[in-house]
Amino acid sequence: MIFAAVLAGGIGKRMGNVDKPKQFLMIGKKPIIVHTVEQFCIHDKFEKIIVLCPKQWMPYTKDLLDKYLGRTDRVCVIEGGDIRNQTIMNAIDWIESNYGLKEDTVLVTHDAVRPFVTSRIIEDNILAAKKYGACDTVVPATDTIVQSDDEKCIANIPERSKFWHGQTPQSFMAVKFKELYESLTEEEKDILTDAAKVFVMKGEKVRMVEGENFNIKVTYPYDLQLAETLLEGDK
Amino acid sequence: MLNTIYRLVEPMRFEAQFTDIDIKGDDVIVRPTHLSICNADRRYYQGKRPPEVLQKKLPMALIHEGIGKVVFDKKGEFLPGQRVVMVPNNPVEEDEVISENYLRSSSFRSSGTDGFMQDNVAMKRDRIVPLHKGMNKKVASFTELAAVSYHTINRFGEIAHKRRKTIGVWGDGNLAFITSLFLKKRMPESRIIIFGKNDWKMVNFPFADGTYNITAIPKDLFVDHAFECVGREASGAAVNQIIDHINPEGTIAIMGVSEVFVPINTRMMLEKGLRMVGSSRCGKKDFCDTLEFYRNNPEVVEYMQSIVGSVVRVKTMTDINKAFEEDIKAPGGKTVMIWEK
Repeated sequence: MIFAAVLAGGIGKRMGNVDKPKQFLMIGKKPIIVHTVEQFCIHDKFEKIIVLCPKQWMPYTKDLLDKYLGRTDRVCVIEGGDIRNQTIMNAIDWIESNYGLKEDTVLVTHDAVRPFVTSRIIEDNILAAKKYGACDTVVPATDTIVQSDDEKCIANIPERSKFWHGQTPQSFMAVKFKELYESLTEEEKDILTDAAKVFVMKGEKVRMVEGENFNIKVTYPYDLQLAETLLEGDK
Repeated sequence: MLNTIYRLVEPMRFEAQFTDIDIKGDDVIVRPTHLSICNADRRYYQGKRPPEVLQKKLPMALIHEGIGKVVFDKKGEFLPGQRVVMVPNNPVEEDEVISENYLRSSSFRSSGTDGFMQDNVAMKRDRIVPLHKGMNKKVASFTELAAVSYHTINRFGEIAHKRRKTIGVWGDGNLAFITSLFLKKRMPESRIIIFGKNDWKMVNFPFADGTYNITAIPKDLFVDHAFECVGREASGAAVNQIIDHINPEGTIAIMGVSEVFVPINTRMMLEKGLRMVGSSRCGKKDFCDTLEFYRNNPEVVEYMQSIVGSVVRVKTMTDINKAFEEDIKAPGGKTVMIWEK
């Protein structure tokens, strides 16, 4: 079985003076999270689309999805964790409780604030997760990456062709993720920023899936303006 | 749902743009899988349409020949994964006399509205036709072109007088191939003669009863009716040659599109009492009939495979340009994009 986990754990700290988490801001005529969940709803391969958000925003998220998508049993809203990977673990625990966890259970995790993901990216993720066990969506780095150890001087300028920007979805076999995550020490968990790193830290191969430059994460007010501009071509 | 559309913004330059699809609406969401490049798309790509036309129509997603897989149908009438042909013509009214494809109010994909180069296409449910199992997908991708031939032969059947001993098809390209193949299959009693410019292309028409190079047509050779499948700059020369070699009261079906006005030998046309009928678009029924024709005549589908030219897998924007460049370079055949963008 294949599940999608839409990670809406953010509380909007980086969005300036907004009073709601950024996933609830509007792009065009719908909140960002609705656009994102819709991208997964149209794929029949997903047994369930699990939306994970902070506890205090769960009723609001449910009502919002009901309002825009209509009542559907394909989507459920559950509580996320304090950190990203704990949120993913909550999704896996939910799957285990409701469906049982099998060796071939695939989980496609995606940021709620990346509404421009395409069907092609989602399909490629499913294929790569099934075939290779884990995958991450990436685009080639276009800016030169500069490394500094003291935040004052450049220590190194690595070769750009070897660097990529990580996007989402990140997809993997749920059983494997659980096994690896539970084997991590607390210190190791603290330095993790995303799911792919769990695999990489434990020496597991993560296949790269080609993303899109427009698969942006709406993080700053500037991104919201950009997202609105991208939609202006809707004629 | 945000949907990515790959629009031509200026000749040879595509950009990703976005629209919002209402998945709660009545439309069926289709993911394109095989898209075929038509001459009209190529003219947009190369900037060969008049500047005022480009100014008015771009940015616009190209491609009006294609098939896809149903992704989502809220009503459940179409099943996910079901393969369908997408009909590019979009009528907004019904007329008891005029067909949907000729109503001036109808819109057409990759002409007035976005074509099929999209992540997903929101199709009106009466604008998709299920594809039968086992149908060759590359051939199915240009069903629209085939359906125009099918439709034109239908119209010809209604208009042309009954003496149909010899029918001439002018042209040796894809449209001429399909039209003459369909004619031979649907009107086996008629002699189908091809009049082309390239002998090496006409070799590929073995089902025809004869082929003639347009520079060496015997003076005493006459056809009862004719189909013009040439188009472009040579359109006028072809029509006038037909007028010279057609018997009185014959019907000429004009199918080739020309960007320039075509002077016609009207004197001889009047003297011979000829009829002329134009067709370049077809309606949904023609799609259904063409697919049924394919189902009942698998050997036609076999023949149709011979005009599949370049097949380009499209995963990136660069691949889109590559497909169009291949199409431009190709001496003939249909370029098919395996759409994985």
